[in-house]
Amino acid sequence: MTAQTPSSLPPNPEPCLNVEITSDLVAQHGLLPEEYENVLKILGREPNLTELGIFSVMWSEHCAYKNTRKLLRLFPTEKVDKDSVGQVLVKAGDENAGVIDIGEGWGVAFKIESHNHPSAIEPFEGAATGVGGIVRDIFTMGARPILLTNSLRFGSLESSQVKRLFRGVVSGISHYGNCLGIPNMGGDVYFDDCYEGNPLVNALCAGILRHEEIQKGAATGVGNPVYYVGPGTGRDGLGGASFASRELTEESAEDRPAVQKGDPFMEKLLLEACLEMMAIPGLVVGIQDMGAAGLTCSTCETASRGNSGIEIDLDLVPQRETGMNSYEIMLSESQERMLVIVNRGRERELEEVFEKWDLHAARIGEVKEGDRMVVRHKGVVVADLPAKSLTDEAPVYDQPAQEPVHIAAARDWRVDSVSDLKSDGVGEALGKLLAHPTIASKRWVWQQYDHMVMSGCTVEPGSDAGVVRLSIAGIDKYLAIANDCNNRFCYLDPYKGAQIAFAECMRNLACSGARALAVTDNLNFANPNKPEAYHMLKECVKGLADACSFFDVPVVGGNVSLYNEHGQGAIDPTPVVSMVGLIDDASQVTRSFVAQAGETVLLLGGLPYELGGSYYLQTQFGKKEGRVPEVDLSAEKKVQDFLLAQISNNSVLAAHDVSEGGLLVALAEMLFGEADLGLSVAFDSRGPSGRLDSLFFGESQGRVLISVSAEKEASILLAAQESGLVAQALGSTDDSGRFKISVEGDEVFDTTVRSLRESWSQAIPNYMQ
Amino acid sequence: MKVAIIQFPGSNCDWDAEHAVHDVLGIPAKRIWHKSRLPSETEAVVVPGGFSFGDYLRCGAIARFSPIMSDLKEFAEKGGQVLGICNGFQILCEAGLLPGALVRNDCMEFRCINQPLRVENSNDRFNREKLGPSLSLPIAHGEGNYRADDAVLSDLETNGQVLLRYEGNPNGSVNDIAGIRNPGGNVYGMMPHPERAVESHHPTQDGLPVLAAFVEPIRKTQSVELSPS
Repeated sequence: MTAQTPSSLPPNPEPCLNVEITSDLVAQHGLLPEEYENVLKILGREPNLTELGIFSVMWSEHCAYKNTRKLLRLFPTEKVDKDSVGQVLVKAGDENAGVIDIGEGWGVAFKIESHNHPSAIEPFEGAATGVGGIVRDIFTMGARPILLTNSLRFGSLESSQVKRLFRGVVSGISHYGNCLGIPNMGGDVYFDDCYEGNPLVNALCAGILRHEEIQKGAATGVGNPVYYVGPGTGRDGLGGASFASRELTEESAEDRPAVQKGDPFMEKLLLEACLEMMAIPGLVVGIQDMGAAGLTCSTCETASRGNSGIEIDLDLVPQRETGMNSYEIMLSESQERMLVIVNRGRERELEEVFEKWDLHAARIGEVKEGDRMVVRHKGVVVADLPAKSLTDEAPVYDQPAQEPVHIAAARDWRVDSVSDLKSDGVGEALGKLLAHPTIASKRWVWQQYDHMVMSGCTVEPGSDAGVVRLSIAGIDKYLAIANDCNNRFCYLDPYKGAQIAFAECMRNLACSGARALAVTDNLNFANPNKPEAYHMLKECVKGLADACSFFDVPVVGGNVSLYNEHGQGAIDPTPVVSMVGLIDDASQVTRSFVAQAGETVLLLGGLPYELGGSYYLQTQFGKKEGRVPEVDLSAEKKVQDFLLAQISNNSVLAAHDVSEGGLLVALAEMLFGEADLGLSVAFDSRGPSGRLDSLFFGESQGRVLISVSAEKEASILLAAQESGLVAQALGSTDDSGRFKISVEGDEVFDTTVRSLRESWSQAIPNYMQ
Repeated sequence: MKVAIIQFPGSNCDWDAEHAVHDVLGIPAKRIWHKSRLPSETEAVVVPGGFSFGDYLRCGAIARFSPIMSDLKEFAEKGGQVLGICNGFQILCEAGLLPGALVRNDCMEFRCINQPLRVENSNDRFNREKLGPSLSLPIAHGEGNYRADDAVLSDLETNGQVLLRYEGNPNGSVNDIAGIRNPGGNVYGMMPHPERAVESHHPTQDGLPVLAAFVEPIRKTQSVELSPS
């Protein structure tokens, strides 16, 4: 604040922007004093208010990853095995989304992104614009979007406020995605008190493209025109800087939405127009979505990537409100806009495409020599900054970390602190678990999503992974998608919790017959300035990075959402792991439901024995405690390799992983397909724990249930033995419509599948009536 | 080109319809932009699903003013085969080519499910003998609740213009109506998506007989010229 370098810029044409940059103003822009010192050093003078706004958004956590950039370097971003399918074509962080090779010249672009805070304030628009943002990231890469999923987290459905958020978020996603005509394959939804007041809304999009169609977000070629395409800019989405716009315009800000408003119809037009434009050979030089930090981010990022300067004139920017000043135009987060750089002399080709789609295409500037980002408004230079300073010189922090005390307590937890379940309590315990909204059927959610548009839906939501046929590319391959993250495990042991999220996600893909290709992750955490929260973040990233390296499954992009806190406290660490996998032909596509009487159900991986952190502890005792189940990545790999080998032999009729709720829940879920079947299961022992609760409801990792024809049972068990894998037959399906369990020869449980299905399928509809 | 698939801004089942007709049924089909004229070689038209013009104002209410609609009306009046699916059905109702209207589902939510349907004996092309007594087809809509006044309903029922009815009504449609035709039998409209039920990875292949019933006239007249795509 001491530097008194006189401004080299003329006064802003809007008098209200010519204010003194005080330390309060700097603080209100979220910049620390030392960060502001750095701004002064970079500029060699004081910034004006527009420039301060630009620095504040570009150096925000959202754009600059100041608190996580170092940690994110732990993730492997390429495959070690260079001969396998799934090589990384565009690495994490290099462009709007990563791209992986799926063979035969095709690639898949995919990424997940959060819209947590907007959704907490305005669930419908927050979730809708979350979908819009991630879809733009994908088609900016030149890819045709082919699927959506979401990872959602809410508080308890007992709360009417949570119901309102849940309904609003689902309906916002449904509204936006359905209109775009991109199939939404569901995703995962968890309910836990820790998300009360701070729901998580993470949206994923995947798209398909030819290798040669990959677009870059770089402004290159001095003299090339810079176009603004899409609807006009308004004052929406100025929430982060709303204080300033209030003071600056001396108008009431009450009628300005803090959350952006989405228009899926505009996005659909933009999507089709951009893909049509990008299909014209040699026309587009660079393209970038105007997402967070809108025009600011897109201009300085494209210039920075292109090692160029860029100059834009705000008078040429289409506007849908009057009297907007340079600060507002540069910081607006109006939706469905793009910045496009085309080769000089070919402007008409771009303009014709956008005329066809009735969209604005305004030439707002051009690529310049040097490295400056220059912004003009009303004939005056209102910002003049080195573009790279905004993207590459953002501060990076390494925060102090400290293990929270509850983690040590979890390590000391003993299972004999709870008494074992008696036989006559099994039915009730199972019913409670099936009716827990996290475990219960999510049909209420995904029947509101158009999952069948584009004719590719092959395995509908509700199975272990969603599967789409790549019909639109004209190829007979299938893409599988799964998301996972059990926050309970991450809370109790962040390192292992993140590894479990990874392992379960990959296992879900394997259960659908897919080989995992790559990860996109969404790191949802609390305030990183608190040592306990930073510890959680650090350990989760380490755990996830180690699992990625072990399996040689790289991270090709993702998102970080910090400061997820609310009145009652912080959210549990929630590193959502999403993976895409490839299935080479239709015969390998596998579902999680048994289909006929006479199938034998086998358990791979051995009887479960660990109760710590389980949903059983939650539904029976209201406890989030215990030791997180053992994570053995080698054992996990053995199970998945075996499963995929058996699927490729066409030996597996159905496969389902054992996860939240444990073995009995997983067995029951296999019965909830279209067929009305029964299942009798006999355990000859209680397993390593000697306890019913741990056998039935423990969430030991690396377990998969498969159903096979009776004649293949013996050969599969033998094959398992030969590969050193514990496997056993548990029972077989029949026409009885009953689920029966016996242990050591004694019947412990016998009920109708219909009653279990009722608990499972009606739980969420009952809350939402 | 034999089958024209009209593409409005916001159509999103246009590719699906083209794929089903062209690639699966093997009948030449092409998407035609709404600002174009209907090509002279058109023998049938599909008005596909989606959210034409964002479904702002009312579903189909803006699309009916598109330049191509005058050609489409003329084509229909001259006996040309027209099939409106989902948003296409809504557009045909708004354009007056089919009676009635489609309003918000009574559950007030979008519904995307595999829907059991009952086939009606409507005419010599669309009947239980040719299509079977029941079908299961995907539905995916927020505004598929069919409404018509008593006189229109009575005409529809008396003339056998109802093609399909829901088994377990998902949206509140009057008389469980899922699809209808005009009195002339050349304009069809339905909320279910036959184009999403034509291949082995789809939940059913029940869309094949529905699309076959629709293209039957052009197959008859032009069967010699048909060639695999």
